[in-house]
Amino acid sequence: MSLIDFFMKHQREILQATLEHIWLVGSAMLFAAAIGIPLGILVARRPWLSKPILGGANIAETIPSLALFGFLLPVPWLGARADRLAIFALLLYALLPIIRNTAAGIAGVDPAVREAARGMGMTEGQILVQVELPLSFSTLLAGIRIATVLTIGIATIAAAIGAGGLGEFIFRGLAMVNNQLILAGAIPAALLALGADFIFSFLERRFQPVRA
Amino acid sequence: MSANPDHVTAGSLAVEFREVGYVLPNGQPLLDGINLSVLTGETLVLLGRSGAGKSTALKLINRMIDPSAGEVLVQGRSTREWDPIELRRKIGYVIQETGLFPHYTVEQNISLVPRLEKWPPDKIHARVSELMSLIGMNDPGFLRRYPHELSGGQRQRVGVARALAADPPILLMDEAFGALDPLTRGEVQREFLELKNRLKKTIIIVTHHVGEAIFLGTRIGVMDAGNLVRVYSPKEFMAANEPVAAAYVANLRMYEDAERNTANEVEGKS
Repeated sequence: MSLIDFFMKHQREILQATLEHIWLVGSAMLFAAAIGIPLGILVARRPWLSKPILGGANIAETIPSLALFGFLLPVPWLGARADRLAIFALLLYALLPIIRNTAAGIAGVDPAVREAARGMGMTEGQILVQVELPLSFSTLLAGIRIATVLTIGIATIAAAIGAGGLGEFIFRGLAMVNNQLILAGAIPAALLALGADFIFSFLERRFQPVRA
Repeated sequence: MSANPDHVTAGSLAVEFREVGYVLPNGQPLLDGINLSVLTGETLVLLGRSGAGKSTALKLINRMIDPSAGEVLVQGRSTREWDPIELRRKIGYVIQETGLFPHYTVEQNISLVPRLEKWPPDKIHARVSELMSLIGMNDPGFLRRYPHELSGGQRQRVGVARALAADPPILLMDEAFGALDPLTRGEVQREFLELKNRLKKTIIIVTHHVGEAIFLGTRIGVMDAGNLVRVYSPKEFMAANEPVAAAYVANLRMYEDAERNTANEVEGKS
């Protein structure tokens, strides 16, 4: 049976797994952005927090994903549902690029612009929302792009703890020494990563601030 | 209100420095014992080398920083008693490279403070048009342009218009013309002289260009190493014996002499 035939025959299962995969990555990215962007702003505002926050996120990044899933399994509320656990673990991996890029984007705003904003009588909140975030938005998006591509890859491991997604095919294929099964997981995952990269790259260019 | 009988009535003083010192958090002193009275409606120029403390003095006026010693009074009230946001919106601020927001159009940049102050849209619109004609950029096409689509001189004019938008009684200019090439600089300065004569605002200018100080200032405060050496009228300044002012005048003469000699040579040959 050729690969194409295999894909045609199992298209419903593949689609199902792809949607699960998107659900895992999408949920993780939403939470990671909701946590990572404010932390990035905090790091930009209070440089002395940069070491503990970025250091913490860095440590999360260094834990092998299979081990992290294993470590989290006995945690009471988290371990109760496999997808909940997977989303939490993916979120940890996504944090570092988001925090780092948010902080770098804000730090990269022209000091003259910031001084002018302050001198005009803008409040700290107004400077953040009206000046710093719009001007650093493309850098922030780059962080989200990197984190998304990263988590799409790592999410395949989540199948090891029964969280579903495209990793199911890969693990089954490995167990059964069936390359077509492995590819049924790997190819859609690669396409998802490429698609996410393409969309976010497009948005990044769209929001690229023009320099005088 | 000022209760100090040694000073002119508080109403005629726009800004007053009383024994003002400023020390950086790392202990480095930037200003020491500054006393200065800026009269309402005058143009005071702070002239000095880089690092003399001119910009620091300016930042104390709109409370970008607080003095480490003494006090700065704006319209008779210590800056410590002013709400910094309220104070800054009453004081126009123009800085080198203008600090125009690159993601805002000219119109959005100029209307910033009126929008922060929640003016009604038609009033903002009228004010923007008024300012655009004031800075000689009447073409409505300019309003939708972004700062990077303007020349350096135009950006500087827009920076001035933005600072004037909410009609503040005081205008601070920190090396506002510093980034312009000499010819554009001259043009913008000439326009600004006309503009300031019409507007009757209290203007405090920081510069290291002695020509600009004499051209625009009604008084010139010479600063050196964190001290205000003296405040001169332009005429007194040109005749000053005190070393810092004299050095600036000598610097000015250097170019004049070179010009005169060259002109004489040209005449001698023809």
